[in-house]
Amino acid sequence: MNYFPDEVLEHVFDFLTSHRDRNAVSLVCKSWFKVEKWSRHRVFVGNCYAISPERLIARFPRVRALTLKGKPHFADFNLVPHDWGGFVYPWIEAMAKSNIGLEELRLKRMVVSNEGLELLARSFVNFKSLVLISCEGFTTDGLAAVAANCRFLRELDLQENEVEDRKGQWLSCFPDSCTSLVSLNFACLKGEVNLTALERLVARCPNLKSLRLNRAVPLDALQRILMLAPQLEDLGTGSYVHDPDTETYNKLISTFQKCRSIRSMSGFLEVSPLCLPAIYPICSNLTSLNLSYAPGIHGDELIKLIHHCRKLQRLWILDCIGDKGLGVVASTCKELQELRVFPSDPFGVGNAAVTEKGLVAISFGCPKLHSLLYFCQQVTNAALITVAKNCPNFTRFRLCILDATKADPVTMQPLDEGFGAIVQSCKDLRRLSLSGLLTDRVFLYIGMYAEQLEMLSIAFAGDSDKGMLYVLNGCKKLRKLEIRDSPFGNEALLTDVGKYETMRSLWMSSCEVTLGGCKVLAEKMPRINVEIINEYDQMEFGFDDRQKVDKMFLYRTLVGPRKDAPHFVWTL
Amino acid sequence: MEGAVAYESDLNLKATELRLGLPGSDEAEKEALSGVRNNKRASPDTSDECGSKGSSNGDRENAPATKAQVVGWPPIRSFRKNSFQPKKTEAEAAGMFVKVSMDGAPYLRKIDLKVYKGYPELLQALQNMFKFTIGDYSEREGYKGSEYVPTYEDKDGDWMLVGDVPWDMFMSSCKRLRIMKGSDARGLGCGA
Repeated sequence: MNYFPDEVLEHVFDFLTSHRDRNAVSLVCKSWFKVEKWSRHRVFVGNCYAISPERLIARFPRVRALTLKGKPHFADFNLVPHDWGGFVYPWIEAMAKSNIGLEELRLKRMVVSNEGLELLARSFVNFKSLVLISCEGFTTDGLAAVAANCRFLRELDLQENEVEDRKGQWLSCFPDSCTSLVSLNFACLKGEVNLTALERLVARCPNLKSLRLNRAVPLDALQRILMLAPQLEDLGTGSYVHDPDTETYNKLISTFQKCRSIRSMSGFLEVSPLCLPAIYPICSNLTSLNLSYAPGIHGDELIKLIHHCRKLQRLWILDCIGDKGLGVVASTCKELQELRVFPSDPFGVGNAAVTEKGLVAISFGCPKLHSLLYFCQQVTNAALITVAKNCPNFTRFRLCILDATKADPVTMQPLDEGFGAIVQSCKDLRRLSLSGLLTDRVFLYIGMYAEQLEMLSIAFAGDSDKGMLYVLNGCKKLRKLEIRDSPFGNEALLTDVGKYETMRSLWMSSCEVTLGGCKVLAEKMPRINVEIINEYDQMEFGFDDRQKVDKMFLYRTLVGPRKDAPHFVWTL
Repeated sequence: MEGAVAYESDLNLKATELRLGLPGSDEAEKEALSGVRNNKRASPDTSDECGSKGSSNGDRENAPATKAQVVGWPPIRSFRKNSFQPKKTEAEAAGMFVKVSMDGAPYLRKIDLKVYKGYPELLQALQNMFKFTIGDYSEREGYKGSEYVPTYEDKDGDWMLVGDVPWDMFMSSCKRLRIMKGSDARGLGCGA
């Protein structure tokens, strides 16, 4: 292989887009390693504490697009204290210092500061794309810095971030010379925006394909914006409230008829259901529809809408659609691949409008379904077995029964057999979340059948250490395991410590693991950081090895204990 | 009640005994409880939620099936959770009964508006209750051509046509309903 010039190797490697393929390539021999290293532009770091910025830059000096993930997944549900970590500033600083030609930055569950955004905006001349998902720590002032300084910005995509909105003029900070925007998503911002600035921005960006507005953009502004951007393919409406018996609404109807390119819709952050018919002409072309943030649309109105959406591939919706509505989805949306049904009243007393019946109907009607997130009131084993038979193609299956330890309501049995059927039937299953009454048996099934499983989320399940051991022994491709409130202890944790170097991370909270067990693990595995997160009772750190650990997060790393851990995190 | 004493020796009183102790702390209790995992013990200290004692029986005393909220359950992103303001007003719990009168009927009725999810259900219920029919609603012409027309008195004391405003707005402003004879209702405004 040495007789290939480097340029040829590099050209061949260009065809490899998957990170895993490129990682594999760099292990072949030294010259391949070298060529791959200097031609790698896109780098994915699943845990920002697994490697340091400096070592990343040394390894991939020509990185142009970086993805970083910070906090553990359970941070989404308030299980991780606020100041745990995940700061992006050191990364931006290191890349700025080393003159990295950064063009794209994608962050998930990280703490982003205004200083970081300002440094980013000043340091990387060719910066094109900023995607922030579930991040926090910045205000609209930071966004203003990005808008003002990133002259070739193509994408600013803010998804579900906690942003302090200074109600400033950040949108006005895009200079008149900025005409390169392709994607702009500020739906998660809570404050007012300068509508004139927004309209002028849209008007001067002819390549704008994706636009997601926030609640402060009213329907009449939406209509004007759509007139300026008929080429849009992805639209997130802001506030969709209006009196349907007005000139504005009629104008909106005819404007929507001109938007023949829209394939994806979201938003409807507040809705007048009587105005929904305006989008019916678009519905027939939609492949993606997200109504999960739209309050107060009743099942009947949703059903009327769904009837128009024959090409839908992705649907995110609230459970007020009901089992009946899901039946309509099943008979209408034959191309459906991804479905998410969110609870409209998470703490309601038996108010959830969907049960296993809706899911079964979907499984009969939508054979292409491969990704599911389903919050429901109850599930039966029989239903899950039926779903498993109808849909063997699931890659992601997340079922959340609102009453976390609820048994099969018909047989009063645990749901082991139902989930067992899912893992047995769905040979490509990569992600699974369980709920309901579950014993060790379900983990036996998972260990036996879930050969491709990479991520598993467990809550209030299992009887003994055997459960967790079945999973650790059986799931060879497991990368992320997160467990809460389950009776797994030291024996499960310590039986195969080498396993953790093959995984990205393990989270265990409110389980049976003790401080002593964690210490043993940390000592045996120097390349694993074992973090004990103890918000309360800091005084008792280290005094009693028999003490149960409230929250433990362990992850493989090449750079040892992190130096930015707060006082309530103890790395053993 | 009379036969109770005769059966006392057959009753496993311990299994049904009410105690303040934790379930699972007494062997006999396990049997009674094993089929009822979602033991509804109100646990005031949700931060104390911990896994069950690691024993093999698998009993869990702090099952989160209580309506007391467990931290982080259901697993919904905080951002999404904060976006919804569930309308937990007193009216929700108590029911929203309003009087319904019909022209020519000898007495009034009362209905609970909260039972209905929207206008179609409400109108159907009224038609069933008073045995009349109404035509379709249109913004321009109200219930044109119907023998009867549903109207309501709003917070300001004005008589409004049922169906003009969004359902939630109607629910919060409707004080009473009146089913008017169609001939009387001509000239009632339509649309906002």
